[in-house]
Amino acid sequence: MPVPDEIFRDPVRLAKFADRLLRHGSTRALVFMHVCGTHEHAIARAGLRSLLPDSLRIIAGPGCPVCVCPPEEIDLAARLALEAGVVVATFGDMLRVPGRISLAEARSRGGDIRVVASAAAAVEIARHEPGREVVLFAVGFETTACTTAAALLAHPPDNFSILSAHRLIPPALEALAGMEGLALDGFLLPGHVLAVTGPEPYDRFVRLTGRPCAVAGFEPVDILLGLESLVRMANAGEAGLVNAYPRAVRPGGNSRAVEAMARAFTVGDARWRGLGTIPGTGLDVHPERQRHDARHRFALAGETIAVPDDAPGCLCSRVMIGLAEPEDCSLFGTVCTPETPHGPCMVSAEGTCRSRHLYPAAGSVGGTRTVTDREGGAS
Amino acid sequence: MCLAIPMRIIEVDGTRGLVESSGVRYEIRLDLVGDVRIDEFVLVHAGYAIQVMDEEAAAEQLALLEHLLSEEAGDSLPDPGA
Repeated sequence: MPVPDEIFRDPVRLAKFADRLLRHGSTRALVFMHVCGTHEHAIARAGLRSLLPDSLRIIAGPGCPVCVCPPEEIDLAARLALEAGVVVATFGDMLRVPGRISLAEARSRGGDIRVVASAAAAVEIARHEPGREVVLFAVGFETTACTTAAALLAHPPDNFSILSAHRLIPPALEALAGMEGLALDGFLLPGHVLAVTGPEPYDRFVRLTGRPCAVAGFEPVDILLGLESLVRMANAGEAGLVNAYPRAVRPGGNSRAVEAMARAFTVGDARWRGLGTIPGTGLDVHPERQRHDARHRFALAGETIAVPDDAPGCLCSRVMIGLAEPEDCSLFGTVCTPETPHGPCMVSAEGTCRSRHLYPAAGSVGGTRTVTDREGGAS
Repeated sequence: MCLAIPMRIIEVDGTRGLVESSGVRYEIRLDLVGDVRIDEFVLVHAGYAIQVMDEEAAAEQLALLEHLLSEEAGDSLPDPGA
């Protein structure tokens, strides 16, 4: 008999489990970072922060692929539509993310920009319109990169190409771990990403930080299971990676997906909004598939235009790495709202600011404490 | 865009599949998973099944969770993720 995921969002179990964390949690203040927009969304929607003990704080790391996509890549996609006249297919979240102009603005200026729900849907557009060039502006971490890889490997038509803005998480976490001012006691890792890659790529990160890590799923009880592991390890002063999502995360991950990514892409350096360039975090279309690489096909490479990361006053680049709370930003909820987003964290459904704006009661307990307020700290 | 949702397989046709979640049906691609059976749960992200859910592991974790919750006055935190 299959175990439906609903059980892991059962409110009775959730309340009992949260109570257990309250009674058996840590006496010292602990700060954990999650690195996944889906976790932020689930935490905010379920109001988990208000259920947890005051001593336990969860902050959002750079886990929203839409938010970390740098403006120059959005600019490139807009120029492909406006200057090269191609059909740009992308996920709905990307439309309003600010570059010099957003893709929504490019569309209003006549660019043919279409929202798709999958890489396969972009390939279908290319098949149905053989006279048009179709570029998939592909954004996302390993969970999405493997689907782009699958589309590239499934013999797409010649008029289909990829503008890859995919990013890899482990080397970015390693870079984050070395940043000054980040005082963290552990990391909650994203279950769907490790379902694809397996836990092994995080071994080095665990060694580097000497902090507890737990991979968790996205139902509220899943997240508490992850947090409980983190509390237990932090209390014991242990480092390690606990798998709190064994129904999806297995050693080696999904070998087909891992292999598809290796065949479709090569690893390169990439820029993250708010974090700068991080070596080894980009995925470029594999040279053997160059005819499906929009950067090669349309010769726009090297024409990067410097675009500032944030609108004036916007704290997104600090919010994204957990150094500021949305409430610390003077734009938050005043001029920057889901209807009129100024920064990427308000644009994406998984962005920390958007999530906090939609579910304000589920925000940080006890106001906006900064990470440096607590005792001790990670290096 | 990064939401990944477990959905139940209803139909399989080569690398195409039909899944169901909360009464809604979706067409997905099965390129990234091996053979899947009707009624199995797959983790669906951006229109692709990216992993098959392990029912045995789910049942084990659930049993452990029930055990944790039934303990009246446990004084230490056992490992729910082991």
